[in-house]
Amino acid sequence: MTALAIGRVVVRERRLPGLVWLAVPAAVFMVAFFVYPLCYGVGLTFQAAGGPLSAYRSFLSDGYQRGSIWITLGLSVPTALISVVAAVPLAYRMRGPFRGKRTLTAVLMVPLTLGSVFVADGMIDFLGPNGWFNRVLRALHVVDQPVVLIHNVAGVLLSMLISVFPLAFLLVLGYFSGIDGNLERAAAVSGAGPWQRFRLVLLPLLLPGLTVTFALTFVMAFAVFPSATLVGDPAGSTRVISIVAYDAYSRADYSSASAIAIVMGLVELAVLGIVFGIRGRLYRGSTSGGKG
Amino acid sequence: MTRAGRFGELVLDGVTKSFGAHTALDGLDLTITGGEFVALLGPSGCGKSTALNLLAGLLAPTSGTILLDGTRIDTVPSERRDFGMVFQNYALFPHLTVADNVGFGLRVRRLRRPELQRRVADALRLVRLADQADKYPGQLSGGQQQRVAIARAVVTEPRLVLMDEPLSNLDAKLRLDMRTEIRLLHQQLGLTTVYVTHDQQEALSLADRLVVLRDGRVQQIGTPAEIYETPANTYVAAFVGYRNALPGEMRGANRVDVGGVTLAVETDVPASGRAVVMVRPDDLVVTDTGVLPVRVAVCEYQGRHFAVEGVTTGDVTVHCHSDRPLAPGSEVMAEVRRARAYPDGEVVPAAELVAAT
Repeated sequence: MTALAIGRVVVRERRLPGLVWLAVPAAVFMVAFFVYPLCYGVGLTFQAAGGPLSAYRSFLSDGYQRGSIWITLGLSVPTALISVVAAVPLAYRMRGPFRGKRTLTAVLMVPLTLGSVFVADGMIDFLGPNGWFNRVLRALHVVDQPVVLIHNVAGVLLSMLISVFPLAFLLVLGYFSGIDGNLERAAAVSGAGPWQRFRLVLLPLLLPGLTVTFALTFVMAFAVFPSATLVGDPAGSTRVISIVAYDAYSRADYSSASAIAIVMGLVELAVLGIVFGIRGRLYRGSTSGGKG
Repeated sequence: MTRAGRFGELVLDGVTKSFGAHTALDGLDLTITGGEFVALLGPSGCGKSTALNLLAGLLAPTSGTILLDGTRIDTVPSERRDFGMVFQNYALFPHLTVADNVGFGLRVRRLRRPELQRRVADALRLVRLADQADKYPGQLSGGQQQRVAIARAVVTEPRLVLMDEPLSNLDAKLRLDMRTEIRLLHQQLGLTTVYVTHDQQEALSLADRLVVLRDGRVQQIGTPAEIYETPANTYVAAFVGYRNALPGEMRGANRVDVGGVTLAVETDVPASGRAVVMVRPDDLVVTDTGVLPVRVAVCEYQGRHFAVEGVTTGDVTVHCHSDRPLAPGSEVMAEVRRARAYPDGEVVPAAELVAAT
């Protein structure tokens, strides 16, 4: 009887669990629409006219082209940093339950749903030299010349913050709510003031979440294309790497375009590697104070 | 450790807390003397945790004042009250080692490092966790975590230690051991303690004084012996083990008629009128000389005795003891060894009794 029961268990474990089959459609889809195109794209990069590595060489050796990496980083890193740093105090204030929290959260989510083209359009109308913003400033004699907030780095940064910040805020708010409220209370009764409670208890428990938030907002901002084109200076100060890649495509130089896309991916991976390297050094365990 | 942080008296004067229309704590008047161990006892929702949070400064009273040696403290933020608190779920900082958890209160008080380390080591020795100092809370058992929480609460030698059901997450055996440890700790340190629990055994064995609460109102304040021997009303009686409530009629001083049987009772009730007789199961014993007829429903072996659940002729469910096994359905006679009578109209709803035990 016992032997039979054991035998049955063994047989069952040897078979593939039924759940695995549920993943097959997704796996097929991934291979067909992600893995294969990726490999194909990587293959393309080595088929340039000037030799297997010439596409990479021409991008990296040209200072103007290579500079787009720094322009992109110069936009995406500050966007992600500002979003995370600004989200923390706001989420801190909103971590507890209060009347109207759902409404406020919903309002903050709106920009996420708008899309960058919509945001850029609005910015051009509102912040342009003859937009409301500058008209009011001039009418109040705050400025004589219009403040230039579009078609430059500031414009792109602003438009990206509008789209990226809500995501950062929602994530950070989620991480805050995940921290056991009794920890803050325990710290308070132990004699820690609000700042000490934040610095010694909340922040250390929040940091791993903040690195994830940074990583996600950074990835969103790194792929910036519409903002850089519409409210930026796509030929100069906001010539981001995706614009360079797109230019190559429009010249039908698929080899270069793919190579630039690969470089873009590698730069992103490098930044994420650094971020998660830092995360690995942080405390990442439970954010609750014990049983309960 | 020295016996620091003592005070003369802590006075709660009409302390009330309402959440919207619901009054969680209704006019609590209580004076706690320095060095005392006071337990707030009651079922969930009775206001005991609210009272503790008001003392800790985690809630602000709706009305009333809390005075510590004449100084009003209910408006002082938690961090400046110089109290220690043990939470039900321990609330240990998961990212800090045991030593850093215990030293937290000293660190935020900017104590110098050698002094801090010495006091942390003392506190850890006190709770017998000196060898776990470098571990993280997640690596400890529930009992160890609770001892860390206790060490953290007493290391600053606070003026008042607050404990919020600290043993309710532990298993039965560990709970008994920890109970003794808490009592021992109080004897060693003499720290004034307010202890919240729904467990009457815990409250009776730990506290110098008990405050029994129900629906935000004080039912009785007294020493464990006072509460246990002379409960003020049927509610308190039910809470401290008087499981049987028999309706009856007063027949002169200290005499009650229960379904035709006259019982001698301890009571403050007037000599006539309706009354409720409260009897502990161990004072309601099945004997040959018994007077109260009981039809046996269930008989359980419990080691020293048999616990019997039965029904009286008046159709009241009773719990009694027997020293021999009884067959279900049999008619037996129970002797009432000790009973207390209370005025009628105070019968506690059965549901509340279940919640209380």
